[in-house]
Amino acid sequence: MSEPDSQAGGTVKKFLYINRRAPHGSNYAQEGLEVALIGAAFDQDVAMAFLDDGVFQLKSNQDTAEIGTKNFSATYRALGDYDVKKVYVERESLESRGIGEDELMPLVYEDEDDDWEEKPLISVVDEAELREIIDQADVILNF
Amino acid sequence: MSAILHTVNKSPFEKNSLATCLRLSLPGSHILLIEDGVYAAIRGGSMSDDLKRAMSDRTVSVLGPDLRARGITEDGLVDGVGVVGYDGFVHLAAESSKVQSWM
Repeated sequence: MSEPDSQAGGTVKKFLYINRRAPHGSNYAQEGLEVALIGAAFDQDVAMAFLDDGVFQLKSNQDTAEIGTKNFSATYRALGDYDVKKVYVERESLESRGIGEDELMPLVYEDEDDDWEEKPLISVVDEAELREIIDQADVILNF
Repeated sequence: MSAILHTVNKSPFEKNSLATCLRLSLPGSHILLIEDGVYAAIRGGSMSDDLKRAMSDRTVSVLGPDLRARGITEDGLVDGVGVVGYDGFVHLAAESSKVQSWM
């Protein structure tokens, strides 16, 4: 585990939110997203990983008008504004579900170190990379 | 009265509800995928071949509103899978001898 950075006002830890559930069949996805945004608002180092059925959370063009629930998928677009810069999606999970990378929401963040240029937030990673990402986290929360 | 209507509301990647439904449903029956069950019908997904096999002697449909909630388009479904609305769901239930919900 890497040494957490010290800052005035407290220690910054590397939080990893692991999301493994589909978005509309239960509340896990919506609550996971809300907790991640709260963590980011408290200036923690927040990364999110989407795997197994969690990859469905990031599917583009979700429209819940006919099932009578809130369409929280629009809220993922706020991740960049909350300074979440790392959103990992597992390639193997996409492939076994027939979802292409181009079918994911085009999430972006503005890079303050590069003249606020908009950059893609989502990185598709393979199983081996994800193992390392999990290993490097200080705190892991599961939804 | 016609055959049984089987509904499946769980993702096939998380639970074996669909697998069991496919094992235990008779030829002539209708399988309707609802809620997270609709994820099974994405073309190119790992359940595609199982659904195609089932459609040789059974009918497979998905519920349109649940499809759209999840961002799945009708042209992205396994070939042969039909799409019904809430009215179609009611019609199927009324036409069937009974409804078996695989949860």
